[in-house]
Amino acid sequence: MSALWKANQRRIAPWLFLAPGLFMFMIYVIIPIFQSIWVSFYDWDGLGAARWIGTANYIELVDDDAFYTSLKNNVIWLVLYMLAVPAGLMIAIFLNQTISGMRLYKSLFFFPFVISQVVVGLMFSWFYAPNFGLFYNLLEWLTGKGTAVLADDRYVTYGIIAAGLWPQIAYVMILYLTGLNNVAPDQVEAARLDGAKGWRMLWYVILPQLRPATFIAVVVTVIGALRSFDLVSIMTNGGPYGSSRVLSFYMYEQALSEYGYRMGYGAAIAVVLFAIMMIFISGFIWKMWRDETER
Amino acid sequence: MVHLAKGALALTAALLLSTAASAQQRVLKYNADYDPIPLAAMEALIADFEAANPDIDVQLNNFDHEGYKTAIRNFLTADAPDLANWYAGNRMAPFVAAGQFMDVSDVWESAGLGDDLASAKASMTIDGKQWGVPYTYYQWGIYFNKDAYAAAGAEVPTTWAEFVSNCEKFAAAGVDCLTTGSKALWPIAGIFDYLSLRTNGYEWHMDLTAGKVEWTDPKVKAVFAEWAKILPYTTANHAAIDWQDAAALLVQGKAANYVMGNFAVGTFKEGGMTNENLGFMIFPEITPGIPRAEEAPTDTIHIPAGAKNVEDAKAFLAFVASAEAQTKWNTAVGQLPTNKNSSVPADDPFLVAGFEALSGAYALAQFFDRDAPAEMAKVGMEGFQEFMVKPDNVDAILDRLEKARARIYK
Repeated sequence: MSALWKANQRRIAPWLFLAPGLFMFMIYVIIPIFQSIWVSFYDWDGLGAARWIGTANYIELVDDDAFYTSLKNNVIWLVLYMLAVPAGLMIAIFLNQTISGMRLYKSLFFFPFVISQVVVGLMFSWFYAPNFGLFYNLLEWLTGKGTAVLADDRYVTYGIIAAGLWPQIAYVMILYLTGLNNVAPDQVEAARLDGAKGWRMLWYVILPQLRPATFIAVVVTVIGALRSFDLVSIMTNGGPYGSSRVLSFYMYEQALSEYGYRMGYGAAIAVVLFAIMMIFISGFIWKMWRDETER
Repeated sequence: MVHLAKGALALTAALLLSTAASAQQRVLKYNADYDPIPLAAMEALIADFEAANPDIDVQLNNFDHEGYKTAIRNFLTADAPDLANWYAGNRMAPFVAAGQFMDVSDVWESAGLGDDLASAKASMTIDGKQWGVPYTYYQWGIYFNKDAYAAAGAEVPTTWAEFVSNCEKFAAAGVDCLTTGSKALWPIAGIFDYLSLRTNGYEWHMDLTAGKVEWTDPKVKAVFAEWAKILPYTTANHAAIDWQDAAALLVQGKAANYVMGNFAVGTFKEGGMTNENLGFMIFPEITPGIPRAEEAPTDTIHIPAGAKNVEDAKAFLAFVASAEAQTKWNTAVGQLPTNKNSSVPADDPFLVAGFEALSGAYALAQFFDRDAPAEMAKVGMEGFQEFMVKPDNVDAILDRLEKARARIYK
């Protein structure tokens, strides 16, 4: 026994250290993924007996208008949420100065990320609320006619995304602020001596050094956009008439909400969402792996 | 080590003592979803029950009202209590079909409930058996602001035509004729139900919610045609507000009428309305001669199939069904007892009116989301909301509902 240990210590030890993490990861992530895929082939109300229906859930999904609405909204989320990256960068550069009290300003800008998403959602729904909401009254004052953003299927998704961008920008900002701390001052000095400033300085000197921060910012923003659920749930509950649903919310609605008893159908939506996420995640992993091996 | 052993001994002794204490009492676990006022009323009722049965200890485990609707699915299968709150009609069908609720026909039999609770029996019956006991219901109808009527110079209507023509008077006075908040969807299902019951009658409405009528049927279109008459006079941004926000509009006199359940009276009165300026009327007749059916959602208590103390749970159901217990609970909460031998406080005009409305009704519907299966209820209410915002889409909406019907009721 001890001879075996001695001979293979270097090979076994890492696995022993990884074991607890791997165990948890298997139980809470890997196995549920396969269970969800399995459930998506059943007609099951979550209570009684499950009935195997093959791919019927997926066939229904292809013909489901609500599914396409959710998918379209997910794409809008993904595209508009990306605004958080340049916006966060701008604020980070703006705040990256040495003025007395700067820490206070930085923490104030970071504040929205500290607030729970639920609170952000509530604040914005009051902001948009007809009759007394600030934004509603502003529109009424400007155009003479108020628009209840959250009751209008044309604007509702954009209204929710605006609420989501607020904390997301703060998050990206903090990522860039730490990144800016690591920008090599000698390179900036050298660039100055060569006469670089303004946009050229940003584009050719600062941004390349911020690449790791940009990578993380894009990753968290993509994932944040795809799993957007709490804001939709708090602000509109998917309404009006389902026009602000996203895939994660639609899945919850079908499987677990007050009127949802379709575990199989919900699981099928989850599988589609998982497939979409997999595209991005494998892209990210591939890039990370490439960077690691190049080094 | 010695200290540890001593500690362990003391702990074991303490555990033994506590089990000894509770061994004299049988525990009855009850999961419920009460708001503060009903909770206090139920606690008073439980105290009465425990006083009459000193050997039973009822442990009430109260959930948040909305959270309960999803939590019940977990605790029924994972950790079943002995009693659980739920709703009558199709709303309990998934649990009955899955064998999660216990057949309590014997309680109905032995306590003679079939007669006392006759009005609610049909909604508690699936496959000829009763699956729980109703303890309260409440009427729906139109609550109106008398001051708004006076200001607009409108008379309280007795027919649908009068109601619609009143709307023009309210519009001239800058008041919403009808208010509602459809953010949570269900308030508008009350409007649909009444329009449907008054246009085509109870049997037809029940066939519709049971999936026997096509949603593209001309009679369905007739219901929506009636609805379209009042849409221009309905609160514009209803999709963005909750029912409480709409209640505020009625209280402030910015709206005249509100199709609501009697539970809203408390909210109206908190807002400053009194019996003087808050009025209640039965939803007016649309098609002449149709027997008047009313909406009366029933709240119920059930015994989960996994209950451990079935004997005492049944005793508790019989107690809650009794006339005295229902009088006490419903008087405290301001709702109507389902037991016909119970009494209604005479000084509450809304309860008296509700009692008259329901006892004189031809039949009682539960509510759209309790009469129709859950999926159909959800799709249907979304369709109603879309119709209210975009009445021109009615054909597309009805096609969608028909597609859902074909899938859901097979």
